[in-house]
Amino acid sequence: MVALSDKEVTKAQHVEEVILSHLQTHEEIVNSGEFAKANGLEHDLLLSVVQSLHGFNYVEAQDIKKEAWVLTEEGNSYATLGSPEVQVYKAIPLEGISREDLQKKLDVSVFKIGFAKAMGNKWLETKPLVSRKVSNVEDQVQQQLVHIRNGQDLAAADIDALKKRKLIIPLIWKGYSIRKGTSYAPKRTKAATDLTREVLQRGTWKDLVFKDYNYNALGQPTEGGHLHPLLKVRAQFREIFLEMGFEEMPTNNFIESSFWNFDALFQPQQHPARDSHDTFFLQVPEKAQFLPEDYLQRVKEIHEHGGYGSIGYGYNWKREDAEKNVLRTHTTAVSSRMLYKLAQDGFTPKRYFSIDRVFRNEAVDRTHLAEFHQIEGVVCDRGLTLGDLIGVLNEFFSRLGIRKLRFKPAYNPYTEPSMEIFSYHDTLKKWVEVGNSGMFRPEMLLPMGLPEDVSVIAWGLSLERPTMILYGIDNIRDLFGHKVDLKLIKSNPICRLGMR
Amino acid sequence: MPTVNVGRDRLYEALQQHYSEEEFDELCFDFGIELDDVTTEKAIIRKEKHLQEDTLEDEEIIYKIEVPANRYDLLCLEGLARALRIFTGKQGSPTFSLSSSAIQKMYVQPETALIRPYVVCAILRGITFNQARYNSFIDLQDRLHQNLCRKRTLVAIGTHDLGTLEGPFTYEALPPSEIKFVPLKQRMEFTAEELMDFYKSDLKLKKYLHIIESSPVFPVLYDSKRTVLSLPPIINGAHSAITLQTKDVLIECTATDLTKAKIVLNTLVTMFSEYCEKKFEVEPVEVISSDGNATIYPDLHVRSLEVDLAYINGYIGVSLQSKQVIDLLNRMQLPSEATIGSNGKSKIKALIPPTRSDVLHPCDVVEDVAIAYGYNNILKTLPRSLTQGKQQPLNHFSDLLRSEIAMAGFTEVLTWILGSEAENFWLLNRKHKEHTGVIVGNPRGSDFERVRASLLPGLLKTMGHNKDSPRPVKLFEVSDVVLLDNTKDVGAANERHLAALYCNTTSGFEVIHGLVDRIMEVVGISNAAVGDTKGYYIAPSNEPEFFKGRQANIILNGSCIGSFGIIHPQVLANFDILDPCSVVELNIEPFL
Repeated sequence: MVALSDKEVTKAQHVEEVILSHLQTHEEIVNSGEFAKANGLEHDLLLSVVQSLHGFNYVEAQDIKKEAWVLTEEGNSYATLGSPEVQVYKAIPLEGISREDLQKKLDVSVFKIGFAKAMGNKWLETKPLVSRKVSNVEDQVQQQLVHIRNGQDLAAADIDALKKRKLIIPLIWKGYSIRKGTSYAPKRTKAATDLTREVLQRGTWKDLVFKDYNYNALGQPTEGGHLHPLLKVRAQFREIFLEMGFEEMPTNNFIESSFWNFDALFQPQQHPARDSHDTFFLQVPEKAQFLPEDYLQRVKEIHEHGGYGSIGYGYNWKREDAEKNVLRTHTTAVSSRMLYKLAQDGFTPKRYFSIDRVFRNEAVDRTHLAEFHQIEGVVCDRGLTLGDLIGVLNEFFSRLGIRKLRFKPAYNPYTEPSMEIFSYHDTLKKWVEVGNSGMFRPEMLLPMGLPEDVSVIAWGLSLERPTMILYGIDNIRDLFGHKVDLKLIKSNPICRLGMR
Repeated sequence: MPTVNVGRDRLYEALQQHYSEEEFDELCFDFGIELDDVTTEKAIIRKEKHLQEDTLEDEEIIYKIEVPANRYDLLCLEGLARALRIFTGKQGSPTFSLSSSAIQKMYVQPETALIRPYVVCAILRGITFNQARYNSFIDLQDRLHQNLCRKRTLVAIGTHDLGTLEGPFTYEALPPSEIKFVPLKQRMEFTAEELMDFYKSDLKLKKYLHIIESSPVFPVLYDSKRTVLSLPPIINGAHSAITLQTKDVLIECTATDLTKAKIVLNTLVTMFSEYCEKKFEVEPVEVISSDGNATIYPDLHVRSLEVDLAYINGYIGVSLQSKQVIDLLNRMQLPSEATIGSNGKSKIKALIPPTRSDVLHPCDVVEDVAIAYGYNNILKTLPRSLTQGKQQPLNHFSDLLRSEIAMAGFTEVLTWILGSEAENFWLLNRKHKEHTGVIVGNPRGSDFERVRASLLPGLLKTMGHNKDSPRPVKLFEVSDVVLLDNTKDVGAANERHLAALYCNTTSGFEVIHGLVDRIMEVVGISNAAVGDTKGYYIAPSNEPEFFKGRQANIILNGSCIGSFGIIHPQVLANFDILDPCSVVELNIEPFL
């Protein structure tokens, strides 16, 4: 609402007094419009005062609606100066006048409209000069317009004619009929809306009447910033891992060589995931500059001829393919670096995790983007079993509130056994895939130099999928990227994953 | 994962059991395959043609089944049904054998080494086709071509009616103009040269032309009467095409990868010798290489793999007896027996049939034991070692800083690392030569051309897409950019940046300046005089993306770590932003 100036406040108080004192002696104000006119008050101001009085139950107001006509700007001018046809008529001297001279005496539009109308009314002659054909004319249009200005009624045919000439337009007139309300008093005690500093200092709060608070309305929106929902979920996943004793891996290297991204993971060079249809290769920097040579030889050997009990893939392994840089397709590229480092530094049991960006050169749709976040957990220890993997997964997912899990055999080039993780979705009433897991193959671990009795169990899932389920988002582009509506970022609940 | 389409009724007939859809789904889950979709032949065609019609009731139900990418023996109904029959204990594993001696010979000419050096062959004698079996035979070849053969680049399969040919055969490489034959589905003779042109408009075949197109010689197989068998990897000859009446099938696989050629050949003969007069018997072919060495194909030998029982139990976390393990492996098509190792330990000797090329290492045997035992029957345990949770300092610090900036009233956005060349350069008024970033070699579209070297485009694009957001808009992002870096093995390194944007009816330059001061305050760095090498100060800058005279570099301990300023009106227009914006971007790694 617009604040009233002091002058307006005084005027409003006057209107209020007039209404309340009138109702002291009268049962009803039948029509606020007529009442305003009779008392010389502005009707608009009166309306707002009545609304306020109604709100405090001093009066009870009922709507009156009436369709009325008002003059357009053109109509208003004719009401004052006369209709153009009459203006034209009057501008013609008795002796007649040339058309050009007549035109000069009048406003352009007045001449144009008025001349045509006057001709139509057969008031004029044009030959030889423009002259009056009738001796006297009556300006009915002007009279009608004045009637309307005064709020008087007209015959329907006249209304139509004026409407056609766009001299009047309809206006919905709103007013009230007013009676005493349940809290009527001849003078209003002003209700306070707030406990202010002034009220406190003056001590007037003891006597003031406070306006009822509208408990149905929303409060004022808070100010301040917001964190992105996907990263709020990331924060909870991080906490779950940290609580479970996992150490974060340094995943701040989006560019990876095919060697670490694929070859080190015993992923053969002809594997479809290494196609340009699935992986982003780089033009700059195109190749890795250096690779760990000893280790590279062991990787080449295991791919080509096997070893450590494996027969290998039996193909010609190419160094050029391993050197090709890619945008990493999974954070497991970092896990392979970490495990290699662990083998070089001397093995100790470790639990690693990471949550970071990965890239796939795939078609983008409602559920797939070319980039997303992979959550990965890795446990390396001597003598780990598949039972340990199942146990760790149950522990991890139960912290997310997912307690019903089952596992499906699957294939992955660098894990054996491999398991897809399914959880029972209570709403969908079916088992849905929530992640992938497995035990890293000896062909991956042994060339790194890890001791033979060390097993590594790992699992991965995307950050986007659980977030979309959590926040009820069905298009990934509404969550992630520059087309996201800022409202979405600002209005979502805190993530309670991991609270038990 | 590859998907195999099989008729439901034929499948159940082959499985000798009727399943409800749920029951079959469960069976698939336990075995590690997935019933992906239930549809009909006509529905598949309708889907391909984007037609919408109602299903007719009498259409044959098709199961689309996803199988593991390394199980080529599951790529056809024959193999799938066989595996499930064995898994459910309805039959034992078949034994494959070669008929006593090779009658047919294939001579390899030295020129093939220039283009496609390997060929392996086998013969299926006395086979009985019907329409369904024939279709399955063709489908399997298609699937192998797509998967293992890597779209015919590594291996190409040709199958022929042996009755129409006369051995011995030769595998040669000749100039395309010298090869002349009637190709499959044609009546006219073409030279290989003409064929390459002819197939340019063939939707199915044109994608294979590149494999040999630029070679001076093309691979080709002849019989003793100079009948062309095939022009691999493009097309077979019409002469030897197999029909439903064909009794003897010659299979040839030409390849650049011998291991895969052998697997492809083994897959075909082990699946379809099921329909031979002598079930599971294959007639070998002698392949004589250009140096005169003769090899008999197919190689159907059964490899034996000895695995310690303790290894199996320890890997899975169970305590099974030898007999139990043997029973489980039998159900996975790995017939096994118990042996005692030289050290007195119990061992399992698994016999790996030629169908199971996926078994590389004892751990593959372990997986099959675990699958047959049931993943969901394995007792849950937890690793016992104590480890410490630990965060990466850079991530930990970034999170603390993100909270501070959000508390300062900024809203976090998360934008893409990949973007167009335009938004990284000329939309920012920047020139190419200033570029120090990473270029993608195979972008699918312009949105994936560059790896960002700045967070700025992401923020500006977000602002451009949120025109209606109430002012002021205050955005930030803390994330990585990638810069070229010769000290790193891959030649590039991430750098953690912070960027923030303010947009309102006024520029908010002082708001962004205030944010810079606040960032310094929360990381405990005090304001210094211009030129000082300790603390921070700002100095006028001249960057093209900013408005002249309203921009500054942020100098920390004497080095520039970022800049801020009012975005240049031309840049605002480029990103479709109507109101003035001020932006800061800085590297936060020096704060660590």
